Amino acid sequence: MVTKRLVLTFPEKIVTKPITYRLVKDYDLAFNILRAEITADIEGKILIEIQGSKEHLDEGIAYLQGEGISIQDASRDIILDKENCVNCGICASLCMTQAMEMDKTSFELIFDKDKCILCGFCENSCPVGAIRLRI
Amino acid sequence: MFIEKIQKNSIIKHMAKTIEEINEKIKKGCVVVLSAEEIIGYTAEHGVKKTAAAVDVVTTATFGPMCSTGAFINFGHSDPPIKMQKVWLNDVSAYAGIAAVDAYIGATELSETEDMKYGGAYVIQDLIDGKAVKLRAISYGTDCYPRKEIETYISLENLNQAFLFNPRNAYQNYAAATNSSSRIIYTYMGKLMPNFGNVTYSSAGQLSPLLNDPYLRTIGVGTRIFLGGAQGYVAWQGTQNNPGRERLANGTPVGPAGTLALIGDLKKMDSRYLRAATFHGYGITMYVGVGIGIPVIDEEMVEFLRVSDKDIYTEIYDYSVARRSKPSYGKVSYQQLRSGTVNIKGKKILTGSLSSYSIAREIAQLLKQWILEGSFTLTSPVTFLPSEEKINPLNVKSREEI
Repeated sequence: MVTKRLVLTFPEKIVTKPITYRLVKDYDLAFNILRAEITADIEGKILIEIQGSKEHLDEGIAYLQGEGISIQDASRDIILDKENCVNCGICASLCMTQAMEMDKTSFELIFDKDKCILCGFCENSCPVGAIRLRI
Repeated sequence: MFIEKIQKNSIIKHMAKTIEEINEKIKKGCVVVLSAEEIIGYTAEHGVKKTAAAVDVVTTATFGPMCSTGAFINFGHSDPPIKMQKVWLNDVSAYAGIAAVDAYIGATELSETEDMKYGGAYVIQDLIDGKAVKLRAISYGTDCYPRKEIETYISLENLNQAFLFNPRNAYQNYAAATNSSSRIIYTYMGKLMPNFGNVTYSSAGQLSPLLNDPYLRTIGVGTRIFLGGAQGYVAWQGTQNNPGRERLANGTPVGPAGTLALIGDLKKMDSRYLRAATFHGYGITMYVGVGIGIPVIDEEMVEFLRVSDKDIYTEIYDYSVARRSKPSYGKVSYQQLRSGTVNIKGKKILTGSLSSYSIAREIAQLLKQWILEGSFTLTSPVTFLPSEEKINPLNVKSREEI
């Protein structure tokens, strides 16, 4: 079993297609939608966690790409600029999964991407603009 | 009166170690300096008496957002000269209602073209970083200052004087904030999530200067300090100075109390310790690094300096109530706040600090280094700050009601 966390971007023409249904039905993949939104330019975005055998997962991803969906590895989508970060910790108070957490000894910010569900609460909280989020 | 008595008694009658003696040790290179964190464990191990004898200086620091920040600038005279009436720096308005080419750029002033993306604090940071800044000024023209308009570029290096002047800084403790409403609110205490989604706070606690000398026995007008990476001075008591606030037995106030007005040479500052910041939906502010070396003049001073986060408390207020008086959700220690969660009504709530504890710690170590190297000596206050001063509200009145 393999688990992947992906950001799927749906172009306008297929926003209404039952894509995720096909993933279950045809590729035997279990999934968990962590976040979904349709942006102003009617582009759909889903943050999804998909689980299944490696073979099914690869086939499923190939199917999605064939449908014109662009796929990004979700964990790469939040950018913490450590150089600019002042290690205050406002973001840690907004992070429900505690992916952003203050180290109790150094009082520096630790960002554990594996815990991040890309909710985006932290992004506009950073006073020095050190957090950028793309979904 | 009580505070004043403490100041005078301890300074004049019971002084065990004078500032001059400590400075002599700094010159000789035999001074013993600890940070306000380090003295906690040291005192626990060696006791108050031995600590007072062995330790000479304790360095304190804070690095938090302080809106009451700005800089006085003198641009020099153009030819023909202009009596600048309105001034903009990178499209941010600076106050020019003083002499011909003097202005004050305030940290919170917003850009007229970029709104909250840029403002006074960013202008100050750009100047420190050596960047060129566009100066535009207009005037009505006089016989001695005929020019009516000027547009040019300036840099920090070419300004006559540029000094940071903070009407209020180094807050002695501050409130913690939460939000009981059902919507996200954007405040000067940061982004507050609905239904008690988080709690924010903003004091360096056990490292904070005025929490280590709660009755300002050693800090007053003229005290030399670390300011934004350079050496600066305490100019006055800060605005909204409120030393009369309720205090614990250890002298620390439970909420915002004393403040300092600070001054220092912008030309010597470093943007690592003076940083522009934006609180989304609220506005622009500036992180200001302040460090104060407190002389260990006697045993009583050690009692104050040994204070730790578990002994310093603040009150959590509901910032969704946009009134002068906000409902309180109880008192909490900095140890609890810094643990990452607090309890409100039985619910575990995540906490976050606005000020940076790690940079405060860095400043305390840097100041310690300066003192050990002999490049920073201590000062006796030229005069003490008022120990009794209260905050007046602003009420809407007619001329007759005054």
